[in-house]
Amino acid sequence: MIHPTILRFHPFRIRRHSILAVFGMVCLLGLAACGKKSAPGADGPSLLNVSYDPTREFYAEVNQAFAAKWQRDHGVKPAIKQSHGGSGKQARAVIDGLEADVVTLALAGDIDAVAKAGLLPSDWAGKLPQNSAPYTSTIVFVVRKGNPKGVKDWGDLVGDGVQVVTPNPKTSGGARWNYLAAWAWADKQFGGDEAKVRDYIGRLLKNVPVLDSGARAATTTFAQRGIGDVFLSWENEAYLIEKEFPGKTEIIYPSLSILAEPPVAVVEANAAKHGTAELAKSYLEFLYTPEAQTLAARHFYRPRDSKVSVNFPALELVTVDGKFGGWAAAQKTHFADGGTFDQLYGKK
Amino acid sequence: MSHREITTESRPVRVLLIGAACAVVTVFLLLPLIAVFVEALRKGWEVFFESLRDEAALSAVKLTLTAAAISVPMNTLFGVGAAWVLTKFRFRGRALLVSLIDLPFAVSPVIAGLVWVLLFGSHGWFGEWLDARDIRIIFALPGIVIATAFVTFPFVARELIPLMESQGTDQEEAAVTLGASGWRIFLRVTLPNIKWGLLYGILLCNARAMGEFGAVSVVSGHIRGETNTLPLHVEVLYNEYQFSAAFACATLLAMLALVTLGIKTAIEHLTGHTSAGKH
Repeated sequence: MIHPTILRFHPFRIRRHSILAVFGMVCLLGLAACGKKSAPGADGPSLLNVSYDPTREFYAEVNQAFAAKWQRDHGVKPAIKQSHGGSGKQARAVIDGLEADVVTLALAGDIDAVAKAGLLPSDWAGKLPQNSAPYTSTIVFVVRKGNPKGVKDWGDLVGDGVQVVTPNPKTSGGARWNYLAAWAWADKQFGGDEAKVRDYIGRLLKNVPVLDSGARAATTTFAQRGIGDVFLSWENEAYLIEKEFPGKTEIIYPSLSILAEPPVAVVEANAAKHGTAELAKSYLEFLYTPEAQTLAARHFYRPRDSKVSVNFPALELVTVDGKFGGWAAAQKTHFADGGTFDQLYGKK
Repeated sequence: MSHREITTESRPVRVLLIGAACAVVTVFLLLPLIAVFVEALRKGWEVFFESLRDEAALSAVKLTLTAAAISVPMNTLFGVGAAWVLTKFRFRGRALLVSLIDLPFAVSPVIAGLVWVLLFGSHGWFGEWLDARDIRIIFALPGIVIATAFVTFPFVARELIPLMESQGTDQEEAAVTLGASGWRIFLRVTLPNIKWGLLYGILLCNARAMGEFGAVSVVSGHIRGETNTLPLHVEVLYNEYQFSAAFACATLLAMLALVTLGIKTAIEHLTGHTSAGKH
């Protein structure tokens, strides 16, 4: 009997192998060629804005307005591309090589992380007015119509049978604001008794049935899938829910919340590489113009420009700088590995 | 003439079992499919076609097709080669190679995405080298193709190995004794024997390549109109409260599934098998 291994020695077999090898190399080279950054489109420069979750609708309008303005001033229309996701996740992607020209994230800590990776200078916050935060927001409660669980303030969130929806502070910027707002309230309530504050936060986390990765996923969980009684939400997202699901929800303003300052910055290393430094800078400066500030108000952000009229209820707002000693400190104490969140979450 | 039942179960038991099977099929398979089409058309045909004509949707379709067009042929070539080597030859390490081919099936898609970020990301093993040459892999088309190719890697080989195993090497040996060259044996003897199994493998590979979410999501970067594949675009739309548009795009994926099933049934019909390529 002839053993099939004799096939192995046939010259044509060997040549077939080399054909395969050559084909494989061509495939890989083709891939690498695709990977070369293609030249910007003939009709204008392009800019990538990597942002967090609830800004989708806002930036869709800002991009249109800015592109029109840039075209008036420079004769070419820039293509502005968007990427959205949980703020922490987005920062991670930029660090891993997502070539954002500008980042517009939920909190300074996430841009600090990008700065630490060497993509922009560590004093980025001073490059634009008001801590580089062109609009602010706060954290409010969204409840089902008629507020069946009678939720009025932070203390009501730890009641028996109250389900609280909030995203994961490890990946979501909004969730970190939620967490700090709850902490600030408890700190005031219990006169700074940290044991009581920790107990409160622990009980609050126990009432959270799911931790989504981003604010938008949490919104869908609450509004679309109908899970939970209270949704700790960005103020702007809360109004958006009212708009998208009319008559289903109510917004409750707690006695105290936190001043959320979502910052913006040019990712200088990427912008320099793409030759978009000027475009990126104008784009962020545009956010401070009355036109963009009006858009911000329309999407329920609190504009910095006092001339833009808004009617948000006034409430006591603490700041991260004032209450927690800045984002770096807050991040380290509460959200880093082994921080208070890790200590208190899952402690059943 | 008396009619004899071949089953021994009583009538109520049979009705119950058949009823249960039908209920499961309806709830788990039919209902979701119907729901996709109903939701997609909730706001009418106009919104439906509008969502499909949207620039971001078209770009997502194009990217999905491109990724499949590169990764499916790559995996087909590899799968045929691997199945040929593994079934027609005996060598040291063969068992290990068989297990290795299955690796992408065993690994969670998230990990399948993250490993490429670890290798090709800015801070990955080859990140610096790639950055210096301005080559982008992650958060661009090559990364999406690599992730897709990785998760669909085993489909063709897995389909062919049992088939070629059962066919043995007799026909090839006969061809060798008649003086045929290796290449000729492959084209004239092996390939005709496996063509239906091969087609079926390619079909499954393609369906998964176009539908892959997890691994691609990790390496995509989610740039609208640029690195969102069709499944990712569906998620984006859903998260933007554009439910009808999301489901309109989902119908494209559902259609792909239906076409895949149709071709599969046709293959089975042509080959006269109840299952093309048994597992």
